[in-house]
Amino acid sequence: MVLLSTSEPTGVAYVQTTNLDGESNLKTRYAKQETLQKIPEKENVSGLIKCEKPNRNIYGFQANMEVDGKQVSLGPSNIILRGCELKNTTWAVGVAVYAGSETKAMLNNSGAPSKRSRLETHMNLEIIFLSLFLVALCTVVSVCAAVWLRRHRDELDYLPFYRRKDFSEDEEKNYNYYGWGLEIFFTFLMSVIVFQIMIPISLYISMELVRVGQAYFMIRDAEMYDESSNTRFQCRALNINEDLGQIKYVFSDKTGTLTENMMEFQCASIWGVDYNGGKATSQDQKDGYFVQADGQVLRPKMVVKTDPELLQYVRNGKETKEGSYVHDFFLALAACNTIVPIIVDTPDPTLKLIDYQGESPDEQALVYAAAAYGFMLIERTSGHIVIDIQGERKRFNVLGLHEFDSDRKRMSVILGFPNQSVKVFVKGADTTMFSVIDRSLNTSIIRATEAHLQSYSSIGLRTLVIGMRELSTSEFEEWHSAFEVASTALMGRARLLRKIASNIESNLCILGASGIEDKLQQGVPEAIESLRTAGIKVWVLTGDKQETAISIGYSSKLLTSKMTQVIVNSNSKESCRKSLEDAIIMSKKLTTTSGTTNETGRTLGTGSTPVALIIDGTSLVYILDSELEERLFELACNCSVVLCCRVAPLQKAGIISLVKKRTSDMTLAIGDGANDVSMIQMADVGVGISGQEGRQAVMASDFAMGQFRFLVPLLFVHGHWNYQRMGYMILYNFYRNAVFVLVLFWYVLFTCFTLTTAINEWSSVLYSVIYTSVPTIVVGILDKDLSRLTLLKHPQLYGAGHRDECYNKTLFWITMLDTLYQSVVVFFIPLLAYWGSTIDAASIGDLWTLAVVILVNLHLAMDVIHWNWITHAAIWGSIIATFICVIVIDAIPSLVGYWAIFEIAKTRLFWFCLLAIIVTALIPRFVVKVLYQFYAPCDVQIAREAEKFWAQSQSAAVEVEMSPILDHPRR
Amino acid sequence: MDTNGATTSSAAGGGSTSKSSSKKHSRKPVYSRFTQQELPACKPILTPGLVIATFTIIGIIFIPLGLVSLSASEKVVEIVDRYDESCVPSDYSNDKLKFIQNPSINKSCVRTLTVPKLMKSPVFIYYQLDNYYQNHRRYVKSRSDKQLRSVSDEKSTKDCSPEDKTVDGPIVPCGLVAWSLFNDTYGFSVNSKTIEVNKHDIAWKSDKEHKFGSNVYPKNFQSGGLIGGAKLNSSVPLSKQEDLMVWMRTAALPTFRKLYGKIEQDLQANEKIQVVIQNNYNTYSFSGKKKLVLSTTSWIGGKNDFLGIAYIIVGGLCLFLAVCFILLYVIKPRPLGDPSYLSWNRSPAGHPN
Repeated sequence: MVLLSTSEPTGVAYVQTTNLDGESNLKTRYAKQETLQKIPEKENVSGLIKCEKPNRNIYGFQANMEVDGKQVSLGPSNIILRGCELKNTTWAVGVAVYAGSETKAMLNNSGAPSKRSRLETHMNLEIIFLSLFLVALCTVVSVCAAVWLRRHRDELDYLPFYRRKDFSEDEEKNYNYYGWGLEIFFTFLMSVIVFQIMIPISLYISMELVRVGQAYFMIRDAEMYDESSNTRFQCRALNINEDLGQIKYVFSDKTGTLTENMMEFQCASIWGVDYNGGKATSQDQKDGYFVQADGQVLRPKMVVKTDPELLQYVRNGKETKEGSYVHDFFLALAACNTIVPIIVDTPDPTLKLIDYQGESPDEQALVYAAAAYGFMLIERTSGHIVIDIQGERKRFNVLGLHEFDSDRKRMSVILGFPNQSVKVFVKGADTTMFSVIDRSLNTSIIRATEAHLQSYSSIGLRTLVIGMRELSTSEFEEWHSAFEVASTALMGRARLLRKIASNIESNLCILGASGIEDKLQQGVPEAIESLRTAGIKVWVLTGDKQETAISIGYSSKLLTSKMTQVIVNSNSKESCRKSLEDAIIMSKKLTTTSGTTNETGRTLGTGSTPVALIIDGTSLVYILDSELEERLFELACNCSVVLCCRVAPLQKAGIISLVKKRTSDMTLAIGDGANDVSMIQMADVGVGISGQEGRQAVMASDFAMGQFRFLVPLLFVHGHWNYQRMGYMILYNFYRNAVFVLVLFWYVLFTCFTLTTAINEWSSVLYSVIYTSVPTIVVGILDKDLSRLTLLKHPQLYGAGHRDECYNKTLFWITMLDTLYQSVVVFFIPLLAYWGSTIDAASIGDLWTLAVVILVNLHLAMDVIHWNWITHAAIWGSIIATFICVIVIDAIPSLVGYWAIFEIAKTRLFWFCLLAIIVTALIPRFVVKVLYQFYAPCDVQIAREAEKFWAQSQSAAVEVEMSPILDHPRR
Repeated sequence: MDTNGATTSSAAGGGSTSKSSSKKHSRKPVYSRFTQQELPACKPILTPGLVIATFTIIGIIFIPLGLVSLSASEKVVEIVDRYDESCVPSDYSNDKLKFIQNPSINKSCVRTLTVPKLMKSPVFIYYQLDNYYQNHRRYVKSRSDKQLRSVSDEKSTKDCSPEDKTVDGPIVPCGLVAWSLFNDTYGFSVNSKTIEVNKHDIAWKSDKEHKFGSNVYPKNFQSGGLIGGAKLNSSVPLSKQEDLMVWMRTAALPTFRKLYGKIEQDLQANEKIQVVIQNNYNTYSFSGKKKLVLSTTSWIGGKNDFLGIAYIIVGGLCLFLAVCFILLYVIKPRPLGDPSYLSWNRSPAGHPN
C-alpha cells in the first residue's frame, strides 16, 4: 500500500514489521509531501502509480506516482506492506498496489527448503533393501505354493483340508478356486499383506516421536538458556536432530554470532588526534548527557563513556579550529544515519528517555556517542532533523540522503544549515572513503588518521571514516536536479542514484574516524577451540574487512600465532588462479613437512604448520562458479582455518554449496542476520542466533539459540546423543520387524505355503503398536551413551558421528544376519520340541508371540546403556503388557485360540522352550558384542568405561593423559 | 536492548511455566533432573568378570536342566504303530482309495502291540496323522466359532463353505474342520480281557464349558454329497462331543497327535495288547499316515529328546565360551577405561581424522 497521508502532520507512519522480518523496533514510513496535504475525504486525489511487478523483496520497492501532473518517486519507505502493524499513528490512508497472493508477505511465504537428515536418507536406502527382501519372501512363498498345487492337482478335490469341489449343490463345481495362475497370484498378494510389517512404517512414526522428545530436551536444557536475552534454545526443524551429531564443517558469521553485535563507541580520531577515552571516566558523567526542555529532562537511553579531553573540546564550542572540527565530526555522527529517535516515557514524568532505533547497530552506537557528547538527535522526518547541540535546538533540512549500499560502502547526507549553507557529510568504510577523500588536503592528517585506523582495527574495532564537504550553490543545484531525475526514474534507479552519490561524495575533507568495539560473545574462544578439537572445521564468513576479521580471528583463537596465513586478495581471475596455485603449493609444503595425508587430503602430521586461508569477497567473485572452485576447495582442505572476509550474503551460500558439492560431509551454518539467511538455508543444518539483528535468521534456521557458545553443548552433547539414539533406533526397528516377519515366514513353509499364521491377527497388529513400540521410543529419547561432562571434556568423542559409527551398511547387514539367526531360533526350537505332539496352532502361536516379544525387548535391554526408571518401566512393562494382551485375546471365546495361553502355560515344556529360545537367540549377539567391546573398543566405549571406573579415583591421571593432546597444534 | 528483551519475554510469557510468577518473565527452563536428562541411572558395563559369570551361570543352569528333561523323556514309554498300510487287505493294496471309499467293506483290523516296559496309569491313547495339513489356510478358516457357542448364531456360517448348509438348513457344526472329523476307533484288550478306555476329559475344560454350547445340537451334519468323516449323535449337545472338540483344536504342524482316550490301568511289560481298529478315515487320497500311539507322560510332556539335547548343547557352549573368555582375558588383557586406548591417543599422529 502506498501511503498517501497519515494522522501525523509530517506524514510519518510508524510501523512494526514483526510479522515480516521479525524485527520489533519501529520503522518509519513516509507519505509523500505531494499527497500529504490532500485530505482524501474532502477531495479526490487522482493520480497514476506505476510500479514494478510483484516480487518477494520486502526491502525494495520502485514506483512512480503521477499526481497533479507531477512525477513523484516512491521507494520502500513510502509503502506499508501487508503484515505490518501501525504504531503510534492513528490513521493512514494509502493506495493498495499489491493485493492477495501478490503481496510481498505472501510471496515470501514459501518457507525454508525442506531438509532431510542424512541418517534418514541412508535409512531409505536400507528400506529399499528390505522391500526387495519382502518381495523375495513373497516370491518364495508363491513359487512354493505353485509347485505344491501342481504336484497335488489331482488330489485337491478330495483333500480333507482343501476340498476344491463343492458338493452341496446338485452340480459339482469348484469352490473358491480360480485356477492355478490366479491362486498363485492371490497367494502372492496375501503374502504381501501378511509380511508387510517388514517395511517399518511405524519406524517413521517412532522417529517423529523420538525427535519431538529430543527437541523437548534440547529446548529444556538449562545450559542452552541465554540469560541476557532471556531466550531458550529453539528447535524449529524437527527432522534433522540427528544430523547435529555428524557435523564436519561449521560456517559462522562473525558479527552477532562470534561477537555480540553490541556496538560500543570506543574511540575517535578527529583531525588527526586520537581520543581513546576511558582512561579516566569522570564520575560526574555517570548519568551521561541530558538536555532540559520545558521542565522535562531528555536523556539518551544508553550511556556511553566519554573521553574528558574530547568533552572539553566540545564544551568549549567551535571557537578553536579543533573545536569546529570536533563539532562537525559529531554533527556528522548525529546526522548521517537513518536512526529514528523515539521518546519513551518513564515513570518519572519529568524524565524522558530517547531511544534510538535503527537498522544498523553501528549507527545506533554512533548516535548514542554523539548524544553523549552533546549532539542529541531529537527528531527525524523525511524533510528535516532536529539536533540538540549543547542545549541549543537546531533544525537542519535534510536535502538529500544517499543510503548505505554494499557497493559504495558509505552513506551520505546533505544538510541545509540554518544559515543557508549546504554541507554533505559522508560516513563509510575506510577503503572506500580514502578513495573519495581529497588527498591533496591535509596529508598529514590523512596519514595520522590512517595510522589510527590501523591501530583501531588491530585491536578489533570496527572503523568508520567521516568526511565532509561544503557545497556551493551551483554544485547543490546541479546535484539536486540530477537527484530529482534519478529518484523518479523507474528503470535503473538504483544505478542512477549510485552514480549521483559518487559524484557528490568526492573531494571530501577528512574529519576523522570512529572506532566501535564489537564485543566477542562469552565463551567464543573456548567454543572454537573445542570445535576444532572435535575435528570440525570452522570457517568464518564475514562481511567485515580483512583486518577486522583477522583481529577477531586472533581474539577468538581461530587464528594462532603458530599458523601461517595464506592471503588471497585478487582483482582478476588470472591473479586469482595464480595466487591460489601458489597457496596450494605453499600449504602442501607446509602441511606435509612431516605429515601423512589421509584420503580427504587433511594432514595428520603433528609437526606440520597449520595454515590459515584468508580470502576476500572480491577474489571469491572470480572463484565461485568457475573452474577455480576446485582449486579453492583443494586449498581449503589443506588449511585448518578459512576466513572469508568482505563476502556478500549470496557468496556465503556459494561457499557452502562449494563444500557441499564436493564432500558428503555435513555442514552447519550459524548466523544471526538477514544476510546469513541464504547461508543458513543452504547448509545441511542452519542455526540462527536470536540476537540483535532481527529475527530473520531465526526464521530461516532449523535451530535457534542465544549465544554462539551453545553450539558446543548442542553438537557435542545433544548432537552426539541424538545421533547415537537415532542410529540405534533405526537398526533396532529394522531388526524388530524383520524378526517377526521371518517367524511368520518360517511357519508358512509348514502350512502348504498358504499364509496361515499361528500368531493370531490381533497379536500381529499389536506387535508393533503395543508389544514393542514403547521401549524403542523411550530408549530413543532417553538413552545416553556418555554423560554430558565426558562429552564436553573430550570433544574428540564427537568423531563417532563423523565415522558413522552408529549407523552404517556393515552394521545394517550384521543386524540382518543376527535377525535371521534369531528368527530361526525362535521358530525352530518350539517346532522341534512340539513336532508330532498334540500342540494346537493357537497355543504354539502364543508361544511364538511371547518368545518374539520377550526376545526383542531383551535384545533392546542388552543394548541399553543408561538404565533409569523410565527405561525399566518401558521394557519390563512392555513384556508384562504383552502377557496381559495375549491373555485378554485368549479370553475371548469366539476366537479360535480361546484359553490357549492358560492351557499351554500349565505345561512345563512351554517355559522350557521360552527360556531356551531367549538364551540361545541372544548368545551370538552377546559374544560378538563382548569381543568387539573388548578387543576393538571404540572411543565411546572406552570413555564409558573410564566414566565408570576412572571418574573419581583417577581423574588426575586422565588429565595428564589428555593434556599433551590438547597442547599440540591440531592438523 | 531492554525493550527487545521485554517484548520477547512478554510475547512468550504464556509459554513459560509456573515459575514466571516468582521470577519475572524468565523463560529459563525449570530445573529438574528429568529435563536435564540427569535421572539417576544404572550404567551396566560388560566387564570380563560379568561376562564370564554370565556364561558360567547359564552353563551351570542349562546342563542340569537338559539332563533332567532328557531323563524324563527317556522314562516316557511310547508305543507307536502305523496301521494305515497294514490295515488294507492285500487284494486292495494297489487301490487303497477304492477300499476306503467302499462303505460295504468291513474295515475292522486287528493289531497286536507289545508293551516294552511297564506303563504306569494313565496311559494316553493318541492317533497320529502325518502329512495332514490341519493348518492349511482354506481349512482353518472354514469354521464358525460363533455357531458352536450358541443356538442363536446357528446361521452364521459364512466362512464355512463348502460345508455351510444343506437344503434342510445350516449345518451344525459347519465347515471343513468339523466335516473332516476323524472316525477311526480303537478297542483294546489284553488276553481277551477288554481294557476300559476313558474318553472323558480328553478335551480342554474351557472348551467344554465355554466354547461349545451345551444347548447346541448337531444338525444336518455329514448329510451332504460327500462324507468327510465321523458322524455325530444329534441328540448329544456339542459340549459333550469331546472328540469333536479335540479335532477342532486344529493342529499347528502337519504331523500331529490327537488325544483319543486314556487307559486307567498299568500295562505290564511284555503284555500283548490286541487292538481292534475300525479303519474308516481316508488318508489314502493324499498319502497321509495314520498311527496309533500309546504313551505315558512325564512332567515335561511326551517323548521328545530335542529340548533336553538343546539345553545340554547350549549349556555346554556357554561353559566353553566362559573358558574361552577366561583364557582370552588372561592372555590378552585390556584395562577397562584406559585412556591410552582412545583413538586419538593411540595413533601416533595425534588426530583420528
